[in-house]
Formats: sequence, C-alpha cells, structure tokens
Amino acid sequence: MNFDHQETKLDFVKHRKKFFLFSATLLTLGIILLSTIGLNLGIDFSSGTTIDVLADETVTEQEVIDEFVSIGLTPDDVILAGDNNDVGRASFIGVLGQQDVLEAQRHFEDVYGNTPTVSSVTPIVGEELARNALISVLIATVGIIIYVSIRFEFWYGVAAIIALFHDALFILAFFSIIQMEINIPFIAAVLTIIGYSINDTIVTFDRIRENMKLEKRVKDFEDVARVVNKSLVQTLARSINTVLTVVFAAGALLIFGGEGIRTFSLALVVGLVAGTYSSLFIAAQLWLVFKSRQLKRAKFKSKQLQESEV
Amino acid sequence: MNKKRGVKKWRIVVFFAIVAALAGLIATNVMDHADDIKLGLDLQGGFEVLYEVNTIEENQEIDRELLTDTVSAINARIDVLGVSEPNVRIEGDDRIRVQLAGVTDQQAARELLSTEARLSFRDVNDNVMLDGSDLVEGGARQSFHQDTNRPIVTVTVRDANLFGEVTREIMNMPDNRMAIWLDYDEEDSFDEEMMKEDSKIISAPTVSEVLRTTDIMITGDFTIEEAQDLAGILNAGALPVELEEIYSNSVGASLGERAMDLAITAGFIGIALIFAYMLLYYRFMGIIAVITLSVYIYFVLVVFNWMNAVLTLPGIAALILGVGMAVDANIITYERIKDELRSGKSTMSAFKAGSRRSLSTILDANITTILAAGVLFYFGNSAVQGFAIMLITSILVSFITAVFGARLLLGLWVNSRILNKKPKLFGVKESEISEL
Repeated sequence: MNFDHQETKLDFVKHRKKFFLFSATLLTLGIILLSTIGLNLGIDFSSGTTIDVLADETVTEQEVIDEFVSIGLTPDDVILAGDNNDVGRASFIGVLGQQDVLEAQRHFEDVYGNTPTVSSVTPIVGEELARNALISVLIATVGIIIYVSIRFEFWYGVAAIIALFHDALFILAFFSIIQMEINIPFIAAVLTIIGYSINDTIVTFDRIRENMKLEKRVKDFEDVARVVNKSLVQTLARSINTVLTVVFAAGALLIFGGEGIRTFSLALVVGLVAGTYSSLFIAAQLWLVFKSRQLKRAKFKSKQLQESEV
Repeated sequence: MNKKRGVKKWRIVVFFAIVAALAGLIATNVMDHADDIKLGLDLQGGFEVLYEVNTIEENQEIDRELLTDTVSAINARIDVLGVSEPNVRIEGDDRIRVQLAGVTDQQAARELLSTEARLSFRDVNDNVMLDGSDLVEGGARQSFHQDTNRPIVTVTVRDANLFGEVTREIMNMPDNRMAIWLDYDEEDSFDEEMMKEDSKIISAPTVSEVLRTTDIMITGDFTIEEAQDLAGILNAGALPVELEEIYSNSVGASLGERAMDLAITAGFIGIALIFAYMLLYYRFMGIIAVITLSVYIYFVLVVFNWMNAVLTLPGIAALILGVGMAVDANIITYERIKDELRSGKSTMSAFKAGSRRSLSTILDANITTILAAGVLFYFGNSAVQGFAIMLITSILVSFITAVFGARLLLGLWVNSRILNKKPKLFGVKESEISEL
C-alpha cells in the first residue's frame, strides 16, 4: 500500500458534506433510538432478583441454567460460588413475581434438598460507575482541548472532541439498534474507543499541522482543502495499518474470547472502526470548515481595516 | 554519498547481543511474572461477605440514604486494604454484599470491614470521657514510639485543654487507668473485657500526670500492619451502622468459569496476527517491531506486578489500547522512514529523518491520551480508575520500548551500513523511489 498524494485520485475533502450528512443522520437516528427504545440494560444497571441455589455437589453454570429453564425461568446471569463451586447464583433482571419465587424454591428443594435464598438487588453501583465515567470523560475533554490548543490550535481541539463524541455516541447508538445487553465491561469498551479516537485524530492532525507549515501561502478554502487532503492521503497507510492491528487484537477476543466478554469485544471492534472512520472522514473535514471560516473572517476584518484606514 | 565505506559488523554483533540478553531475561522469568498477576473478581473471582445492617442508635432508621452512606464508608475502608475494583452491593432492604478479589488474608479483611471504628476513651467504670466527636477527622496516623520504637497509632484531639481535663480527672481516681475502646457497646464492661483474649479495649494506660496535648499516642499490642490498618479505618470514618456477618463464601468469576483461559488464548491469537502482519508488511522493520512489542508486553507485566495492581477486564481493554498505541508508534516511524526512502534519501538519512519527524507525532498523540487517562484516574472510581492506571502504564512502557527501543535496535543495523541500498528490505519498491 502506497498512497502518493500527487497521483492518487482519492479525495477525502470533496465529499465531506456526504460524510457529515451520513454521520448526522446516523447519530440523529441513534439519539432517537436511545431516547425511545434505549439500551438493553443488563443486571449491573437494573433492579433485579438473585436466587442462590445451594447444591450438595459441584455444579456448572449450564446445569443451574437448565434447572431454571425447566421451570420456565431464564436467568440473565449465573455465577458459581462456594469453595467447591456448589452454589449457583442466578440473577434476573426485574423483580420476580411471588409465584415464580415459590415455584423456584419448591423446585430446588426437590432437586438439591436445600431451599434457595432469594434477595432483591439495586443497581446503585452500576449507575454510580456509569455516571462517574461520564463526568470523568467530560472533564478529560476539557483537558484535551486545552492541551491541543497549546500544541496545535483551538479549532483542532474542538474538531477532535466532536470526533470523540461522534465515536462514543456511535457505539451507544449501535448497541441501541442491536439491543445487546450491556453491563459494566461495556463502559470499559467505550473508554477504550474514546482513547483510540483521540489518539488516531491527533496523528492525522499532526500531519495537517506539519503540512500547513510547509505551505507558503494558505489564503482560502481551496488551499486548506488541498493541505487536508494531502495529509489524509499521506497518513492513510498508517491509519489503515494501525486500525487493522488493533482490530486483530479485539477481533481475536470477539471470536475466541468466549461468551462472557462478547458484548465487550464487539463494542471494541465496532468502535475502533468507527474511530478510524471519524478521523479520516469527519475530524479533519470539520477542522477544514472551522479553519476556512476563520480565514474568511480574518480576510473580512483586514478588508474592513483597510477600508477604515482609507 | 559517493564515499564507499565498509560495513561495521560490530554493531550487528551488539544487536544480537541485546536481543539475546532480552530473550534470556524474558524466557527465564516471564512465567513467574505472569503467574504473580492478581486477577480481579470478573476474571477469577474472590471472596464475598454478606452483611446484615443493624442500627446503632434507637431512633435510626434503615433507609436508602443510610445504606448508601454505609457503602461509601465500606468503600473507603477497602481502599485501606488496597484492593482495587471491589464490588459492594445493596441487597434487599438491609443487606450489603461485599466482594473482594486478590485478598490473601481473608480474616484480616473481614475484621477491617466490619469494625465500626468508634473510638472512645473511658474510665474503669465505663463512663465515657472522650469519643470520636472530640477527635480531628482524618487525624489518625501510624508512627513509632520514641522510646520503645514499637508501632503505635496517634490520634489528634481538637482541644488540648479538654484532654488535660480528662487526664486530670482519671489521675485522681483510685484506679487511674484510661481504657481506649473500639466499638464499645452498652453491655460491655471494663473488667470483663480486660479478661478477654480478643478485647475491644485496645489499651488501658495508667495516667499519672496531666497531659495537656492534642496528640494521643495509643500503644496497643500492634504489628506495623495492624497499626496502619487501625489508623486507616479511623481516618476512613466510622460506619454509621453495625454490620453483622450473615455468611462469607468464595465466589466464582463473574464473566464465567473459563473467562481467563479464553481471554488468554484470544490474546495470544491476536498478538500472533499482529506480529504476522507487521512482518509481512514492514519486512525487516517488522522484525524490530516484533522484538520491541515482545519486550513491551513483558515490561507491562513486570510494572503491573510491581504496582501490585489487580487485573480486570477494563485493565485488559486498556492493555489492548496500549498494544495498539505501541504498534502505532512503530507504524508511524516506519511509514515515515518509507516516505523518506521513496523521496530518494539514503537508508541512513531516511532513518534519521524518519525517526526525528515521527517523534513529535507520537509524543503529541501519547501525551493527549495520557492526559485523558490521568483525568479518568483522578476523577474516576473503581473500574474507570483500573482502566486509567493500566492505560497510563502501557503508554509509558510503549513509549520507551517502541520509540527508544526500536530506534536503538534499528539504528544498530542502519548505522552498520549493511542495509545501504536495500530499500526492498523496508518494503519500498525500487520503482517507487523518485530521483532527488
């Protein structure tokens, strides 16, 4: 793969309005879905019931699930406890009706000879964590804008943050569409996507900054557009190679990592691809729009200045 | 460059010596480090205690607010234990389930959790002289007795005159001992408690003079750890309720029985794919990437163990991002070098220019991400913090290995001049090179 910016016909800038439109539609749809259907919240974020089943011998998760299914209940999660894995803890989202609870107690008394303990759980911890993650990310974006404003320019920072929120919102919208159940690990996946998004965006911005310095004169939209496209083409091989390698890692987790982390690894794979998309098609183009507006305003001002001097 | 200079073979010898040394280091103890890693609740399970919440005062009511306060107090204590990412959950109306991973001394952990941490100073007739409200919040610390050098706990009283008053009163009593109680209950008495082995009275010093001081030294029969823990829970604050242990149990991995095995297998496959791709795409430089990435993974393990951190799924997420950024640093540098080669530069100057130019890119990208991770660490809690600490660690390690390590190793080859005029080894075709 070698992309020569002089010969290539790749134009990332010309179709920017289509990219903006595409992302805007997708995200609007996402927001609508999030506010109507919402996310499929797992046991970490919902009130529920747990039933501890004490067996006389070692049990497996599947055995516990099967026993529940036989009385018409499907646990949302089962973990094993006890020194010999002789306790199965089944969690149900939502509060179980008295009928179901009695049924379960009777059934497990017959099977294992022990009455299971039933208790209700509240999602305070999961909710706290989600809120805490959101607040921390918001504070982090302020930090990013400040740093990028110092090292680059203010508008680079703004574009990078918009790309970051684009990616975070994208992954939430995606999970709202597929309605896969999300738990605490999902938060970690979103944080990873945000980290990747910012890293990826800064690398392309770095090339734009460098090429802007090399340009002798940058006066209008066309000049900036040329620099942006050139930079994107120059960094294309790097962008593709980097996302491929991280997708190798996340994809391996998705395929071979087992059921327990499926949501987590799927979120990673989708989010990493979205992160690359936003760096290539959204972030730099947004900056181009901001920068050319700034140039226009500067030109307008200097014109005014000249006129008033006359 | 017209002057034809000879190949400096010694540099290549140095390269192989470094690689052999690293390989030896990794081969001899990577498994020890991998085995030492403590795994979190989600990957390996831990132990759990279910508590019933009982009120201390009569007019207290167990409501959601009181339960939430209790959970915060428990969380503050778990910090004293140094356990990361615990799971504390409210169940039903009056129960709290605490799950901890990576705790070696379960008994000590349970004691630390359920102590109410109500400190009181009483005379031998159990009349309270001073209690927690007279102490400065967060004023407890572990130190050593100046004469005996034994570990002690120092607490700070708000008012030196008050303590002077108390000591004078006790001094004038027939039995001039002052009992320092932890979690005194109505039915407890001094004489009974002094006979017990596991007494609630930490110490009962004899008061023979008036002490007009704000610092009270408690010289119990402590080990250093016990003294540190006591100071820690006193600072973490008293529990607003009494916790009664219903049962304790070991608990399995919340992500499923085989979560860790599967994740490790998947990790190996992912890394193998990355290595194969780097070798295929970057040829000779790919070999350097494989070496530096292996060293990177090894050092992350070492640093992680050294910090005594607990690995959880969020930590693994950060590690993947870290691997991605380490690979990215390699890719950025190599793409730059290829660019320079294509522009017609010699191998040596392409290496020099490529490394220099890629540095600022990598630096800015890494600093921005570290900054974000730093904020997450500072403001975040449990899982968010676990993610952040792992991310910061891996970025720092990746910077050292992927930037300095790769430069050193590749530099040895490039500067040996053996690679001169061999652009193919860098994955650059002759036809792509433009004349200068």
